[in-house]
Amino acid sequence: MPTQANYASLDGLHTFPRLLFHHATIRPNAPAMREKYLGIWQTWTWSDVAERVRALACGLSSLGFKRGDNLAIIGDNRPHLYMMMAAAQCLGGVPVPLYQDAVAAEMLFVLQDAGIRFAVVEDQEQVDKMLEVLPQVPTLEHVIYDDPRGMRHYNQPFLHDIHELMEMGRIHDRNHADFLNAEIERGHFDDTSVMLYTSGTTGKPKGVCQTHAAFIAAAQGGVQVDRLGADGDILSYLPMAWVGDHLFSYAQAMVAGFTINCPESGETVMTDLREIGPTCYFAPPRVFESLLTSVMIRMEDAGKFKQKMFHHFMDVAKRCGADILDGKSVAFSERLQYWLGNLMVYGPLRNVLGMSRIRVAYTAGAAIGPDLFKFYRSIGINLKQFYGQTETCAYVCLQPDGAIKFDSVGPPAPGVEIKIADNGEVLVKGPMLLKEYYKRPDATAEAIDADGYFMTGDAGFLDEDGHLKIIDRAKDVGKLSNGAMFAPNYIENKLKFFQHIKEVVCFGHDRDMVCAFVNIDVGAVGNWAERRGIAYSGYADLAGKPEVLELIRECVEQINANLIHDSMVADSQIHRFLVLHKELDPDDDELTRTRKVRRNFVAEKYKVLIDALYAGKANQFIETEVKFEDGRRGKVSADLKIIDAKTFPIVKKAA
Amino acid sequence: MSKKIGDVILDLQNISLRFGGVKALTDISFNVRQHEIRAIIGPNGAGKSSMLNVINGVYHPQEGQIFWHGQERKRMEPHMAAQQNIARTFQNIALFKGMTVLDNIMTGRITKMKANFIEHALWFGRAKNEELEHRKKVEEVIDFLEIQHIRKTPVGRLPYGLQKRVELGRALAAEPSMLLLDEPMAGMNVEEKQDMCRFILDVNDQFGTTIVLIEHDMGVVMDISDRVVVLDYGKKIGDGVPDEVKNNEDVIRAYLGAGH
Repeated sequence: MPTQANYASLDGLHTFPRLLFHHATIRPNAPAMREKYLGIWQTWTWSDVAERVRALACGLSSLGFKRGDNLAIIGDNRPHLYMMMAAAQCLGGVPVPLYQDAVAAEMLFVLQDAGIRFAVVEDQEQVDKMLEVLPQVPTLEHVIYDDPRGMRHYNQPFLHDIHELMEMGRIHDRNHADFLNAEIERGHFDDTSVMLYTSGTTGKPKGVCQTHAAFIAAAQGGVQVDRLGADGDILSYLPMAWVGDHLFSYAQAMVAGFTINCPESGETVMTDLREIGPTCYFAPPRVFESLLTSVMIRMEDAGKFKQKMFHHFMDVAKRCGADILDGKSVAFSERLQYWLGNLMVYGPLRNVLGMSRIRVAYTAGAAIGPDLFKFYRSIGINLKQFYGQTETCAYVCLQPDGAIKFDSVGPPAPGVEIKIADNGEVLVKGPMLLKEYYKRPDATAEAIDADGYFMTGDAGFLDEDGHLKIIDRAKDVGKLSNGAMFAPNYIENKLKFFQHIKEVVCFGHDRDMVCAFVNIDVGAVGNWAERRGIAYSGYADLAGKPEVLELIRECVEQINANLIHDSMVADSQIHRFLVLHKELDPDDDELTRTRKVRRNFVAEKYKVLIDALYAGKANQFIETEVKFEDGRRGKVSADLKIIDAKTFPIVKKAA
Repeated sequence: MSKKIGDVILDLQNISLRFGGVKALTDISFNVRQHEIRAIIGPNGAGKSSMLNVINGVYHPQEGQIFWHGQERKRMEPHMAAQQNIARTFQNIALFKGMTVLDNIMTGRITKMKANFIEHALWFGRAKNEELEHRKKVEEVIDFLEIQHIRKTPVGRLPYGLQKRVELGRALAAEPSMLLLDEPMAGMNVEEKQDMCRFILDVNDQFGTTIVLIEHDMGVVMDISDRVVVLDYGKKIGDGVPDEVKNNEDVIRAYLGAGH
């Protein structure tokens, strides 16, 4: 049984349904969920949510949903879908959120693996996917949809409008008033509360079963460390199938009782962010990166005076902003300047970013460039990294206020133990560990060692203050042929901080030098090209321009110059690189749905390019198949130039 | 998909239109039934847009009769068409470039506004409630066309495909019973065309709007229309369901450019 420090304080509230109905009792009129619809933010209070969850749960039950059943949840972040999660949990069922932008064939595996009988989906698009896979998922009995638009001509008896389900449930609830309460009573904190599928960077996805206790422990830890209260707001816009969203938008909201806000559509997130002004915000590093890029691009269009002011105060912020945020001592004159800057630049900038009310902003999922991280902290946004996996409820390390190190993910979070294995792999133990992989005892046994530690697969070390530093995926860390360590992610992350570079894949394991593929950021480079009067017709054309290649070469050489100061990775300077003719894309299986590079797949697919890099060729022709959003296929081809970058002699530290 | 196509609501009989010595349309007759998607196709200069302008009251044919819901229509002007719930989009986008998407679509509601100029200017009386009501309708259109993210963007800053969608939005805001679309997909890429097709079908299906469209993309026309009329040099050379028209020899000749 998991050990949980604060069960006493939970007062019997050790499952999510109990938490929900608790909030509905103590703060019935406080907003629990908001969603923008027809241009207006609609609010559901905790008592509204509780009423609907009751209705949904009873409705599910009258359709035959039973304890232990898995409920597939597919769609954008919508209040009804979050309510469905709670409804399934009320009945002792397990919600299984899926990535909503996956095509039907990609969903097939999860639907089959989890033996889905019930699916709740957002709209017609997702219903069509369910109908497409129906013949291959014989277990699927009922599909419930939230948005009735376009559904008029669907007359299959197993399709249900969510509002009808609620009506059904309300009738059921009136006739069997004790039914649901008894079901909720039967819920135990050691029951599986949710099943989240790993993204499957290697092999088939695995269903990670997390208990109520695990997610409540993880949520409580986070709420304590960052003092999140019931008055907060969070914008829920990342896929519901991602562990981070489940932790923040569901578990923490249920534990702390704050409000979740669902954006109008995927494309309005930035506007909605500004309107809501959340107190807590989380985003993967690339979102922070693109925010910064767009700010910088817009600054280039600003007038001379504004540009001067911006750059002057950004320099001030760089010097003392982060220290002021950390509460360290800073000279009075600097403080005065920062105060002025706050008035004229940082405040308005935070407002434009929708971060005026931010108490804490999180990033995770990939390493964040230190300069990027410093930028946000220096303008007064309390940006923190956290570290965790699906298997650990995204809860292993948290950076406490006042003790932020740019290059570490912080000390172990409350209740978490960390151990470093002999091969450098990070091992963790605590209440937030997974219960098991669904129907995969073999994988479970492989992931958790005899002492109960979960093997994260990340290589890292604890520094002198006990903060964890992650270097790379343990399996990605290789060796150059001269024996020096090669940590591809480490170098790629450094390069990705340049606004012109979107994605990098480095190669070097068992080779005599490091070479790289680069994806340019079409927004930033396009803007750069326009300013210089360079005409281009599209991504492939832009990526092949000699001026662009020169621009990227400068970036690479800057990193090379930077790397020689770090003796661990000085040998990993990039000798040769090329700019790919297409963007790496999850639709072509080159990135995972969480947009991490699938290194081996890319290496296999572009083998001829790698060979050309190492064979010393000056250019290489390549033709690649691409998949369009509508499922059609096409081909793109290009003759790619291979560029040699200047490398620098390694400075040996004097013995 | 089951769709009920109703009675003839617009009947054009022996229409001829001349500009001086130029015969734009010669003796053309066809009709439009309620709830159908009716396409007008033909090579460049065949008189398709002129036909649409005749329906809309922009041009007045020298000969022929037009029956709207069984009533013969005498001379009519575009604003009368608007009052009769006929809305249209244009071949070359005719939006107010400096205004936001929201405001542009709001202009589609103008025929429905009852408050007078003074009330609007001073924001009192009927104007206030009315605007809320109209705004709600406009928001429904925005939701329908999935353009929430550009609600407050000036139209001039939008890419072409989205401007076309906004124009459709403005026409929809008038809650038309008949929608005239002049090359709604011209200059669009495949993905934008697919979106536009979906919207046209959805409008037709969900609101029961009768649609008359001119389009050059044959694939699109044959896929989405119920009946097609083919014009060439101002004359009607074909009329019928897509399959009939596809196999019509005159149509094939006109499109393959055989000698006249």
